[in-house]
Amino acid sequence: MISFKNVTKKYDNFVAVDNITLNINRGEFVVLIGPSGCGKTTTLRMINRLIEPTEGTIYINGTDIGKLDAVELRRNIGYVIQQIALFPHMTIAQNIGLVPYLKNWPEKKRRERVEELLEFVGMPPAEFYNRYPNELSGGQQQRIGVARALAADPDIILMDEPFGAVDPITRATLQEELLRMQDKLEKTIVFVTHDIDEALKLADRIAIMKEGRVLQYDSPNQLLTNPSHGFVEEFIGRDRLLKQPEFINVIDVMIKNPVTILPERTLTQALEKMRQEKVDSLMVVDQSGRFMGLTTARDVLENFERAERVSEILTTDVHYVDEDANVSQVLAIMAQKRVGYVPVISGDNKLKGLITRSSLVNVLGQRLNT
Amino acid sequence: MTLFNFFINNPDTVLRLALEHLQLTGSAILTAIAIGVPLGIALTRNKHLANIVLAVTSVFQTIPSIAFFGLLIPFLGIGKRTAVLVLFLYALLPIVKNTYTGIKEVSPFMIDAGRGMGMTNMQILRMVELPQALSVIMAGVRIATVINIGTTTIAAYIGAGGLGELIFSGIQLYRNEMILAGALPAAILAILADQVLGYVENALKPKGLRKKR
Repeated sequence: MISFKNVTKKYDNFVAVDNITLNINRGEFVVLIGPSGCGKTTTLRMINRLIEPTEGTIYINGTDIGKLDAVELRRNIGYVIQQIALFPHMTIAQNIGLVPYLKNWPEKKRRERVEELLEFVGMPPAEFYNRYPNELSGGQQQRIGVARALAADPDIILMDEPFGAVDPITRATLQEELLRMQDKLEKTIVFVTHDIDEALKLADRIAIMKEGRVLQYDSPNQLLTNPSHGFVEEFIGRDRLLKQPEFINVIDVMIKNPVTILPERTLTQALEKMRQEKVDSLMVVDQSGRFMGLTTARDVLENFERAERVSEILTTDVHYVDEDANVSQVLAIMAQKRVGYVPVISGDNKLKGLITRSSLVNVLGQRLNT
Repeated sequence: MTLFNFFINNPDTVLRLALEHLQLTGSAILTAIAIGVPLGIALTRNKHLANIVLAVTSVFQTIPSIAFFGLLIPFLGIGKRTAVLVLFLYALLPIVKNTYTGIKEVSPFMIDAGRGMGMTNMQILRMVELPQALSVIMAGVRIATVINIGTTTIAAYIGAGGLGELIFSGIQLYRNEMILAGALPAAILAILADQVLGYVENALKPKGLRKKR
């Protein structure tokens, strides 16, 4: 779908992107990640020609994009940036309908598309169609930012740290929404971030970049299990031990006291706890420490009107491991079931700990440092 | 009382001079908008040129108005033409500067988003930059107009007409009511213009950018 052939971008003497060759398949969610100045944003912006390469060629569906009209090219590629940059003088509907307007869609078709997209991102058109961006929260604004990128139904969407400016709970919600969206739409998404947790959560493939080069371009599991380069290991958490994850017991890497909540607590209390502890999900445990299930910020927010207590909304169908399991099994569950949290449960159904993707990486990294 | 009598006895004169006054200010301001706004936009595209032009227009602003009129008389003679030219030059700075600042203040991320979505340069100007800069530009027009109504009274000194005629004649004839008959309407014109243009400025502010009450 998108391929970079020996692409280099120089600014005077500074090489921002150094001879990159990269293929992105149709329908693939690719994350470009690396420390600041690694060339990830430059790489992204060369796809819609906001930046022109110094050398090399970029192809979309086999066509050299340098030979296309840049304005026309951009109208066929979705673009979302961290600053969101909704136009403050336009209504929500005008913002979303902008690219269709530039493409001269008839007004009726535009309105229908905008309404469809507002529904799609969970913001009722009756309420939001004629509102202005400054009346929305950060999370709502970025939903509109995403809807705006989807407006003309482009095959490719470029996202430059789109969730970098929102709070952690909203970010987790937006990430989940994006994943659900992607399951339905199967767009080709190129996503820039510097947050490894975000990359591991979202990507089909991750390109780890440093000093303008791509060090490794692989699936999240391959990166975790077979990092090809010292910097890659370092970047994803110095977890050399993950090379043989079957030798590590979950007891050694789990979070020993995950944030829990009693099932009889109210949703407001649950939300407050998540906020205080800076987590986006809670393990639900009864008075005697028995594991009941879990609940996420998303569950709480979606059911806020309908339900009152955590017990009414908790997910009981949770994939868990017992205390004897090893990290390899956890990774397998995470990959196959597409879950981010795996609780560790003892024989008598007590919650012993919790493994998340980031805890896996962080804890292993810490162990190596000490 | 004598002022009141002056108005009663000379309504035509006062009205004629007030209209003449407005005409002088009006043509200077309209020309300044026609030239200053495109110039201000052009300057946002060229930083180097911007520094030069803004410096030059600031210099115009610092020359005392009576001296400025005097400076141009040897070249253009006296009369309306010279007056309008000077008034135009005075109005230029606030308009050019506010256009320049208004557009420069538009967040670069807005422009990046616009370009990334496939707007042409003209569309970015028309749909992103100008709508967000419009009220700032209008504020410049407002300042220029109010200052200009004041300066126009001095233009009478070089035979351009306007309400200044009454003021200068009044001074020469020691007739206070005549001075006031020129000064008061001029002041009222300035206040009215400020009010009306303030209203226009607010109306031009896009709804999404207005402060919530």
